[in-house]
Amino acid sequence: MAKITLDRLRHSYMPDPQRPEDWALKEMTQELEDGGAYALLGPSGCGKTTLLNLISGLLRPTQGRILFDESDATEMSPEQRNIAQVFQFPVIYDTMTVYDNLAFPLRNRGVAPAEVDRRVKEVAAMLDLGHMLKKRAAGLTADGKQKISLGRGLVRSDVNVIMFDEPLTVIDPHLKWVLRSKLKELHHRIRRTMIYVTHDQTEALTFADQVVVMNNGEVVQVGTPVDLFERPAHTFVGHFIGSPGMNVLPCTLDGGRVGFMGQPVETASPVQAAPGNGRLELGVRPEFIRFEGTGIPVEIVKAADVGRFRIVETRHGEHRIKLLVSEGQPMPSGPAHLRFDPKHTHVYRDGWLVN
Amino acid sequence: MYKQLNHKAWFLVLPVVALVAFNAIIPLMTVVNFSVQETFGDNVFFWAGVLWFEQVLQSDRFHDALLRQILFTTIILLIEVPLGLIVALAMPRKGAWVSVCLVAMALPLLIPWNVVGAMWNIFALPEIGLMGKGLRSLGFDFNYTRQPLTAWFTVVLMDVWHWTSLVVLLCYAGLVSIPNDYYQAAKIDGASAWSVFRYIQLPKLKRVLTIAILLRFMDSFMIYTEVVVLTGGGPGNSTTFLSIDLVKMALGQFDLGPAAAMSLIYFLIILLLSWLFYTVMTRNEAK
Amino acid sequence: MTLELRQVTKSVGGSVHIHETSLMLEEGTFNVLLGTTLAGKTTLMQLMAGLDKPSSGELWFRGQNVTGIAVQKRNVSMVYQQFINYPHLTVYENIASPLRVIGVDDAKIKERVGKVAELLRLAPMLQRKPAELSGGQQQRTAIARALVKDSEIILLDEPLANLDYKLREELRDELPRLFADRHCIVVYATTEPMEALLFGGSTATLHEGRVTQFGPTAQIYRQPADLLSAQVFSDPPINTAPVTKANGRIRLDDGTDWPTPPAMAGAPDGPYTLAIRAHHITPIPQNGGSITVDGRVLVAELSGSESVLHFDRGGRTWISQSHGVHPYEVGETARLYVDVERSFLFGTDGRLVGGRV
Repeated sequence: MAKITLDRLRHSYMPDPQRPEDWALKEMTQELEDGGAYALLGPSGCGKTTLLNLISGLLRPTQGRILFDESDATEMSPEQRNIAQVFQFPVIYDTMTVYDNLAFPLRNRGVAPAEVDRRVKEVAAMLDLGHMLKKRAAGLTADGKQKISLGRGLVRSDVNVIMFDEPLTVIDPHLKWVLRSKLKELHHRIRRTMIYVTHDQTEALTFADQVVVMNNGEVVQVGTPVDLFERPAHTFVGHFIGSPGMNVLPCTLDGGRVGFMGQPVETASPVQAAPGNGRLELGVRPEFIRFEGTGIPVEIVKAADVGRFRIVETRHGEHRIKLLVSEGQPMPSGPAHLRFDPKHTHVYRDGWLVN
Repeated sequence: MYKQLNHKAWFLVLPVVALVAFNAIIPLMTVVNFSVQETFGDNVFFWAGVLWFEQVLQSDRFHDALLRQILFTTIILLIEVPLGLIVALAMPRKGAWVSVCLVAMALPLLIPWNVVGAMWNIFALPEIGLMGKGLRSLGFDFNYTRQPLTAWFTVVLMDVWHWTSLVVLLCYAGLVSIPNDYYQAAKIDGASAWSVFRYIQLPKLKRVLTIAILLRFMDSFMIYTEVVVLTGGGPGNSTTFLSIDLVKMALGQFDLGPAAAMSLIYFLIILLLSWLFYTVMTRNEAK
Repeated sequence: MTLELRQVTKSVGGSVHIHETSLMLEEGTFNVLLGTTLAGKTTLMQLMAGLDKPSSGELWFRGQNVTGIAVQKRNVSMVYQQFINYPHLTVYENIASPLRVIGVDDAKIKERVGKVAELLRLAPMLQRKPAELSGGQQQRTAIARALVKDSEIILLDEPLANLDYKLREELRDELPRLFADRHCIVVYATTEPMEALLFGGSTATLHEGRVTQFGPTAQIYRQPADLLSAQVFSDPPINTAPVTKANGRIRLDDGTDWPTPPAMAGAPDGPYTLAIRAHHITPIPQNGGSITVDGRVLVAELSGSESVLHFDRGGRTWISQSHGVHPYEVGETARLYVDVERSFLFGTDGRLVGGRV
């Protein structure tokens, strides 16, 4: 068990990186607390897998250091770092039984047979694999195999961190719920550091205590799911997290007063008329917009009923604004007006949150 | 997924069916025809029943040839399969050396069989051949044209040189298809190199190895050209394998009836053993 | 123009893949096949496309029996979960390929490809090869190929399943618009109830090779004919519990009871299965008709916008889904409000007895 420190870490796959876009991972400094549940979230090609491989030791960083507690692990191999990893496609030892698969990492390390037996049975019980220990691992379904690869990480008492690389890719949709909650439950029980890489916001937000959102090789925001939802630090986070994502609209700033298309808009905190130029935008989530008698006049384009709520798309001039209307709530007919919740309306300059 | 509903497709297969009929079934029928009759030429035939089969099966000559054949194939498999696997494991997986190694491995397979025989014939000649002379100068009493043991040694060596590459290439193809994740997982699990081989590489190579063993079994069981060119089946009959014996009987002595009967027995032996090999090796998968 | 399946079945070897199914699909409709993996969605589509022949029953199209007529002779397009394009052809040639096969002249091809590419926002990348495109663009190309030739039947087999979350959202938004004014029959297979709801149209719920219900999407969601349909059409899984109805009240196994809601009043007294969707169980009451249940918290998932709570109630795992942030500790006892007014009551045979959502 260890705290992991990423110290001015930078990585490029090119021998002589010059331009900013040559860096697969731009410089970052981050501490991952011992026992935390972290997610690395971002679209394909954002650098999250690069970061995962740097932490696991499969890649050496171009610059910077990685510390496990106080010791420098930058040059250490994956086995020296004592990590465990669950891959996208389940890795199991086909010819072995479930029991032998789970016992494998312990036997390789010369653990006494009685201790191996105790730990294997304990972990198998945790993962609901207890009744199939004698079965050949090759015969299991995808979720069973994924549990085995996770189990091989759990049996070891010396593991510093367990890494997950999009582990639910091959799992049936109706089983994802089960495995995801199992993972969450396990984290609560054993309190090991876990790092989960995914492009799926639901998986990241429900699994992790801290989510690291990445885009174009850069860490855009690190925060709790609530932070990311309520105070996105960048319009990318606002758009990427949430379904549908945050509405991003052009706005004006005039002596601390924010306006959208000539309409005054109240925001979370007074925005100082800070010097400097840059594109100004307004960000507000569909969850924080309501129909009201007065406000921004809009025309309703369409409403999709998804059961729990309706996703309503409206139009003000050329700008589209989406909002959610809860089940059972009425919808206006004819001309409608929108009101943004001031507590959840933010101003962005060149994409970044102002204040 | 694309199940064809159109039965006209069968017409497209007809040319192949005709070809197979022409070059396999018709000759086979001729052989069957000869194997149950006696002829003295001039297209005059007498019914012989199973006489030729009894004769062949009871002859010491056939027993000896069969024994030699089984011994040869066993030795070949015991050497070529492990050796091929070891070479494949030792080959680089990436970088410039990959293509160099692959070409080097493929070379022996590209040489015609009679040329291989001729090459080794000269190479091993005790007086002027590089190997023959070299071994003699080292103090070995090496003369494959006189001593059965050295003749066997040379034949086996030639076959190993010629065909191990096939096993290597098959195994190599199997090895590179193992996803890198497996090696990473094994590293993380603290597996030794032996464990990686035993629990990842070997199981993943099972299909490939099955094919390699089957191919090498069938080919070595039917070996003819190289050995005929190298030793002519000698000295004496010491390297006369089944196919060589068959040709001697059919063409050398023109005993068409027994030769036909022997061909059929030979054919059935290969069929039976191949089937046996295959079922034994794939049995576990079915479970 | 209609596509009709008449008592179609499909068995392979001894196992039944599709039980007797009759469906009538109308021109200009968007039909969703909703079911888990292996429910029979793909098999059903292959039967519709003519890629496969039914074991029994007939397929009628435009008033003609087309059972056993090869797919090449029918005007059908199909889009798969994997992005299937010709890797050596440019995007333009990929989209044009179905037209080339039927011998459309170049000028016409240019016009039609241009139009479809515009619609699918592929115009700037027509000269690229599929490998140079993102997953979303590759799948758009595959969809464009299906749209370009004016097929009468367009079959989409989980086309968004392999895409990143955000791309999926984008294409989900666009798809209904693409088919809006085409006179074709669209069939769309998915495992996600949310997709079915977004597309509207009609939905057929599938379970183990059986169509459990077929009708307008919203109606099936709100009035599932049986428990299986309700289970197929719920994500997270719908919560269930055995109940008994007696003396105008409905009683849970732990003794909690409440007056029978009007929608269920017609049912005779006896044992039933109660089913409630996860978002009708919440940490704060939604309306006056709620009852309370206590459960031991198994997992609490907070995604910032919503909270999902898995809890144990009387030996069954129930799930609550609510707006906002409602943190719980694992192992603690949570008190939750169940909106029984919006629950369903299913008979012992699984049929819907009453309930409104």
